[in-house]
Amino acid sequence: MADLIIRNGRIIDPSQSLDEVADLLISDGKIAGIGNSFKQNDPGIEEIDGTGKIVAPGLVDAHVQLREPGFEEDETIASGTAAAINGGFTSIACLPNTSPTTDTQAQVQFIQQKASQADNCHVFVIACVSKNREGQELAELGILTQAGAVAFSDAPSPLQKTDLFRRALEYSRMFDVPVLDHPEMPELSQSGIMHSGAISMVLGLSGMHPDSEELATGRDLRLAETTGARLHLMDISTEGSVELIRRAKGRGVNVTSEVCIANLHLTDEVMRTFDSNYKVNPPLRSQAHIDACIAGLQDGTIDVITSGHAPRASEKKMTELDRAPFGMSQIELTLGLAITHLVSPGHIDFPTLIGKLSTNPARALRLDKGTLKTGAAADITIIDPDVVWEVDSSNFESLSTNTPFNGLSLTGRADAVIVDGIIKLRR
Amino acid sequence: MTIYEQRGTLEGLTVAMVGDITYSRTARSNIWGLKKLGAHVIVCGPSTLVSNAWEDFGVEVSHSLDDIIPRCDVLNLLRIQFERQYTRPFPSVREYAFLYGMNRKRMERAKDDILIMAPGPINRGVEITPDVADGPHSVILHQVTNGIAVRMAALYLTTSTNEQA
Repeated sequence: MADLIIRNGRIIDPSQSLDEVADLLISDGKIAGIGNSFKQNDPGIEEIDGTGKIVAPGLVDAHVQLREPGFEEDETIASGTAAAINGGFTSIACLPNTSPTTDTQAQVQFIQQKASQADNCHVFVIACVSKNREGQELAELGILTQAGAVAFSDAPSPLQKTDLFRRALEYSRMFDVPVLDHPEMPELSQSGIMHSGAISMVLGLSGMHPDSEELATGRDLRLAETTGARLHLMDISTEGSVELIRRAKGRGVNVTSEVCIANLHLTDEVMRTFDSNYKVNPPLRSQAHIDACIAGLQDGTIDVITSGHAPRASEKKMTELDRAPFGMSQIELTLGLAITHLVSPGHIDFPTLIGKLSTNPARALRLDKGTLKTGAAADITIIDPDVVWEVDSSNFESLSTNTPFNGLSLTGRADAVIVDGIIKLRR
Repeated sequence: MTIYEQRGTLEGLTVAMVGDITYSRTARSNIWGLKKLGAHVIVCGPSTLVSNAWEDFGVEVSHSLDDIIPRCDVLNLLRIQFERQYTRPFPSVREYAFLYGMNRKRMERAKDDILIMAPGPINRGVEITPDVADGPHSVILHQVTNGIAVRMAALYLTTSTNEQA
């Protein structure tokens, strides 16, 4: 009856506060049980040796740009989902910044159909909150929810108009779907290309002040509080934002938040290289902001770590810093970067990391994922926590290689990835 | 008055007002009258047009017409008051009709003796499809006739002298 046993791995499942060495049994594409007494060497059952490995619920990335339709030079749904598998993710949620934008049933279904043809990982659609992502009129949230959209956002653009944002929260409340915002006040950050601080001053590059993010964070939290809607704040990067979210959660506001992996280990010092691959939004800030974000991860203020995967074709990045688009191709490096920069130095432990990369993002988006409970879909990521490997973007499944990390040594990566009981990756 | 004519009482009936509660005068007068006469009142519509604060007045609040249909004895389908709205409270007329339009398919889930009402004028194809508006459950035209009588009575009472009344 069983199809697959993962033997003797360290099973970590934050959804049931589980952390023990045991066997995991998979049957019919579902988790069939966790235990130590499963029969040895049944010829009909495939086995994976999990000794020394971490067996986690499949990782979930709540913030991925897939770029298709419209920007297939950056990424396609097939390449982006293959990259997700390579990075250890079994589910991703994709942003609506395609062309045309994801604001009709047809667009939602196009993405679902392409994802199903690619047959790599699960893809959940984040549809536009405003028509054509123009920030003027509400998109048809009801019809889009019916079509399968799981959340709404104009990301990576912020939702600027406060009255529209308030209406979006009020209106989304009745479908119980989250609204995701990239908190930024463009009037305080536009034309900025990096964090506004000492380094931007020395380099003579225009800065993006934390005020831009924090004023928007404060506004969003206030509106979530008064409307009672579900808000998910993306791209948190400043000390002030973390503190605002901490206080809001203390008051019981219905909010979840995320931070992109780059904002957890890189400071604005790297901009001295003038490498456009470091140009990201939110910008890489100072160590104090990183420390605050890590403290937010530790005390639960920040629920989710995302890749912030923003693939961009090299011809777009190979230009003046001012003109280069924001973004890094990150989904294949996120797990390794997180283990290297967060777990190895002792900032967070593995159960916390798995929570931020699987259980929590699934909860934030209300996905039936991020768990190894019996009967759940067998989406599993087996992590080798000790393997040391070197980043080489020529091995990326992503079409875009906009990463500054080539040659960098990382510790830890996905050793095997299983989606609905099917092994999609095995190193 | 129309419900009374049809049913003889309002006591114990479940009456839902569906649609634009925020900008509606009909809803505000009906809610008090219906409650006083013993009906259970539901206000139903998009969360941008139906405030949860109505619960404080003993009124049930719902945002899903499909959820409440099987329980309703009377549906009063309010017109979207486009002329009174400063901002569009929902994305499109299409989505409104998709979520709150009373049509043949929804009628199949309603009680056999449901009364379909609308204060008029109606936007055919928005809050109600023509087959429902003109169908056997519709008492919309009675309502219009009674509306004239009620308005006449109200005018008479407010303009005539005390001893007369």
